Amino acid sequence: MSDVIRKNAWVAGLVALLAVLLVVTKLIQPTFGVSGLESIARAALPFAFATAGMAVVVIVGGIDLSVASMMAVCAVAAAVLMERMAGVPALLIVLALGLVMGFLNGALIVLTRVPDIVVTLAMLFVWEGVALLILETPGGAASDWLEQSIRGSFLVPGIPNALVVTIICVAVVWLPIRRSKLGLSIYATGSDELAAFRSGVAIGPTKILAYSLCGVLCAFGGLSLAALTGIGEPVPGPYLLASVAAVVLGGVVLGGGRGSLLGPLIAVYILRIIRTILTLLAFDPNVTTIIEGVIMVGVVMLGTAAMMRGAQQ
Amino acid sequence: MSDTVLLDAYGIAKSFGAVHALTNARLRVRAGEVVALMGANGAGKSTFIKIITGALKPGSGQVLIRGEEVRVGNPAQARKSGLVPVYQEPSLIPDLDVTDNLRLGDTPKESFRKWVEELGITDLNMSDTIGELPLATLRILDLARALASEPDVLLLDEMTAALPADLVERVLKVVRQQANEGMGVIYVSHRFNEILELCDTASVLRDGETVGDLTIEAGVEERAVELMLGQKIELGERKITTDLRAHSGNPRVKVRNLAIAPKVTGIDFDLYPGEVLGVVALEGQGQDELFDILAGFYPATSGLIEVNGKSMSFKHPADAIAAGLTLVPGNRADALLAQRSVRENIALPFSVRLPTWGALKLRHEKERVQFAIDKLQIDTRAEGEVQRLSGGNQQKVTIGRWLATGVETLLLFDPTRGIDVRTKRQIYPLVRELAAKGASVLFYTSELDEVSLACDRAIVIFNGQIIDVIDAKDADEQTLMRAAYGLTSREGVA
Repeated sequence: MSDVIRKNAWVAGLVALLAVLLVVTKLIQPTFGVSGLESIARAALPFAFATAGMAVVVIVGGIDLSVASMMAVCAVAAAVLMERMAGVPALLIVLALGLVMGFLNGALIVLTRVPDIVVTLAMLFVWEGVALLILETPGGAASDWLEQSIRGSFLVPGIPNALVVTIICVAVVWLPIRRSKLGLSIYATGSDELAAFRSGVAIGPTKILAYSLCGVLCAFGGLSLAALTGIGEPVPGPYLLASVAAVVLGGVVLGGGRGSLLGPLIAVYILRIIRTILTLLAFDPNVTTIIEGVIMVGVVMLGTAAMMRGAQQ
Repeated sequence: MSDTVLLDAYGIAKSFGAVHALTNARLRVRAGEVVALMGANGAGKSTFIKIITGALKPGSGQVLIRGEEVRVGNPAQARKSGLVPVYQEPSLIPDLDVTDNLRLGDTPKESFRKWVEELGITDLNMSDTIGELPLATLRILDLARALASEPDVLLLDEMTAALPADLVERVLKVVRQQANEGMGVIYVSHRFNEILELCDTASVLRDGETVGDLTIEAGVEERAVELMLGQKIELGERKITTDLRAHSGNPRVKVRNLAIAPKVTGIDFDLYPGEVLGVVALEGQGQDELFDILAGFYPATSGLIEVNGKSMSFKHPADAIAAGLTLVPGNRADALLAQRSVRENIALPFSVRLPTWGALKLRHEKERVQFAIDKLQIDTRAEGEVQRLSGGNQQKVTIGRWLATGVETLLLFDPTRGIDVRTKRQIYPLVRELAAKGASVLFYTSELDEVSLACDRAIVIFNGQIIDVIDAKDADEQTLMRAAYGLTSREGVA
């Protein structure tokens, strides 16, 4: 039991931090309740999916700079398709599109041996162009049911639908993999590529799998963008750096092999709530971003120091 | 030993660009046989091992396991065909726990646990993360994992390096037992006594070619060394016998009551100019900490360090370097700029040391670098990048740069670990030459026979204290080994 806590100390710390922040929010604004939670959960949707996707590739030892562009492609594709055809096939096509984009990212990295940061930087521009080709100006229309699915809290009473949807989608994509040998392979590759290779892990396919998963999660992110706005927006949003921030804050080590998807997801909500608190306190928005940055460095620094002290004991 | 041939590799050749790593290598392993694969560094051993294990494709030739050709390009494939390697660096995943590592390679858990206990580790927790376990334990786990997959042929690559003596014994015993029950074993090692104890035959590789097969019997060492070197040479004999302490007045480095919590409780010694002082200790007796302190990595808990009569307190490696103490770390990678050339690496200390630059000095530098390269017989075929040199040649660069630069006090931490005999024999005279030029050398070695070859005296550290001081002329391996195990009646202080 103590082993379980020790191994998940970071996530436990994040949960505690999240709870404290929720209490603080409630203190600052006593009317903060379910509807407040709902708006935070809705705003966090695209960040959550971008972060989950980023977390998977960081765990395998890579990085994907094209997450926001892939989300833009999927958002415009969803808006265009849903205007013309039934919602469910359109949704499946968008998910397949995400899978293909992620697969291409991974395959290029593995086959060309060009560093991941270079490949995905290049693909950032490629996918950006693709999004603009599909839809030059914001337009299209997302299905009504898609927009409704992330409103209110009817799926599980008291918990915003947006949060439920996030958890279900990430769980459906990630858990079957995490629980299988494929998940171990992803962690093994990120932890020590040579040792993984010698243990019989197929390194190339494992990396491609991780990037493909990232693509699928970005497709969910794109769908959430379409659902939030009701239309498709071809210009990528600020999700790239935000996802890296949440991944790091969530306890996934840049370089790979360590961490989970739960930590980064909690980190997304922490970062959103901090923003809400600062807004409630009427901080200058420019000061807000400075404070967000400082908090991030501070939390990671304190967390690492605490972990090291724990390891020494 | 039976006549069933388990592994048969023949006619293996492999080139990397213009470099012919292997020209004609062969190896045959029968059931129940332990074959030593021997060869100097650069002979092509690593390449041969990679080809046998399926990590590299041979340029020509065939590797058959039980008569079937090994599908190349994937270690998992070679594993399934019955050949399981245990490499020098553990191939366990650092961020996963023991259980997950076993799952990853489909290793049966019960059998694994049985082997771990058989090999002498009784307190293993299966939920321990690999990265938090000591190196010696990891090597045992790696071997246990290999044994649990019931290989036809087991390949052990420098398995016993960095293992404490009691675990080495266990390993040799278990491997011998398995061979007696019909397993074939390929044993790669630089340690002759282990080969004598364990192996049935030896296959010797030189310059990419298999030059001979030997039956292991008493006195085979001479023949093996001859084959590895390609010419008859004298076994190392110490030529320097002058008593250097007689004409050296004050010690250059004086250490008194040095304590480093928690391991080192009290170390006293004097190191004189022109002296090579050996340090003998089993793994983890406090020698690592002693060298760290002298190199200025962190301050000692208490005690006195004097250099040239002045009391020192190092807060940073730069302080130690300024005081003339130079560390050649045990890990070569820590001392070299891997992507830079041999010349730049040798010249590095110049650039740090010289306050001014000028045409004359540059030429001077160039000459001295060339002098060092010639002197060391560094193989300069791959001089463009140090990382492409063999381990032995890299080590010659780490020591040779001080020959070119000049040094007051050199701290050598196990400079010959994992290096072939020929290179070792080039390193001892090098150390002696540095001393002859007035340098003081502190020389930790894990190979006891080196003390009588390179040192004037040796201090023996046991359990964080100096337990004995032995003159080189009395420093036979038995005496040193007894002292290293704490079996001594003398109360020696240098």
